[in-house]
Amino acid sequence: MDSASDREHSEGGVKVFLVVWFWLLALTGVEVFLGYKAFEVKIMLVLLMGLSVIKASLIIAYFMHLRYEEPSMAATLMPALVMVILLMFMMFPDSLRLLAMRPH
Amino acid sequence: MASHEAVSANLRQVTESAWDGGVAPFATGSKKLGMWLFIMSDAITFSALIMAYAYVRVASDNWPTPFEFYPGIVKATLMTVILLTSSLTMVMAVRAAKLGNRSSAVKWLLGTMAAGLAFVLIHATEWAGLIGEGVRLFKNPWGAPLFGAAFFTLTGLHMTHVFCGVCYLAVVAVLFAKGKVTSEDVEVSGLYWHFVDLVWMFIFPLVYILSVKMG
Repeated sequence: MDSASDREHSEGGVKVFLVVWFWLLALTGVEVFLGYKAFEVKIMLVLLMGLSVIKASLIIAYFMHLRYEEPSMAATLMPALVMVILLMFMMFPDSLRLLAMRPH
Repeated sequence: MASHEAVSANLRQVTESAWDGGVAPFATGSKKLGMWLFIMSDAITFSALIMAYAYVRVASDNWPTPFEFYPGIVKATLMTVILLTSSLTMVMAVRAAKLGNRSSAVKWLLGTMAAGLAFVLIHATEWAGLIGEGVRLFKNPWGAPLFGAAFFTLTGLHMTHVFCGVCYLAVVAVLFAKGKVTSEDVEVSGLYWHFVDLVWMFIFPLVYILSVKMG
């Protein structure tokens, strides 16, 4: 049991989980609050996606434990995922043109 | 315990040259690595759906924003809180399993499953409400006809993941209670559950918060 409790000590344990959970709830509250502010959609998207990326990172790092795995694992998985998503969004700007190109 | 120590020694050996791979690449068990790879591919599936949703939304000039504070936003926020809390109970289950506390781990798993079921039930009532208001896959009373297709596909695939997760956790809980699977299996099921939670962190703001019905 020693090794398990040692590990828990170095990896934060219940207190860290509760703090992360609290922050995730708090950021959700901020998102709902932002929903009722009349920002322009582009600014809103940046704010909301920024918050979502922070929340996702907290979940991946602490709940999914990636922070405590071998760094080589995160270095293999995460850049690949980010790259694929960026490539997918490469054609996204077309959607902005489509509306203006629509015949009236 | 002896075999556990042998594995630890093995992992330490690999850790010294993590980039070399070896018997346990990334010093991780094969089940865990397999789940991580599945999660990567699933993340790309969801990214594609989210991208498709964002694309048709930006390319439409009359995208509906039907979610009133109640029931839409209140329910979606409640669902978010439930899912986040289920992630907390899931890490507690993994922790209990790692500490060798079998009955406590099973109780936390049951709590996680209950939260998952609550999420699906609330979501189902929300779907029923929207369908009752006349939203169909390619038709709705408010505007851009693709709203239904985007909404139901994205949230439907997520709801399917939650439901499959509940079934998966049930199997793991039963087998772990019987001692047929190890704490690593609980941890691997936890990875899946947290991922489902993580996806909702993107669906909630994009689908609900950006479609709030103003005053």
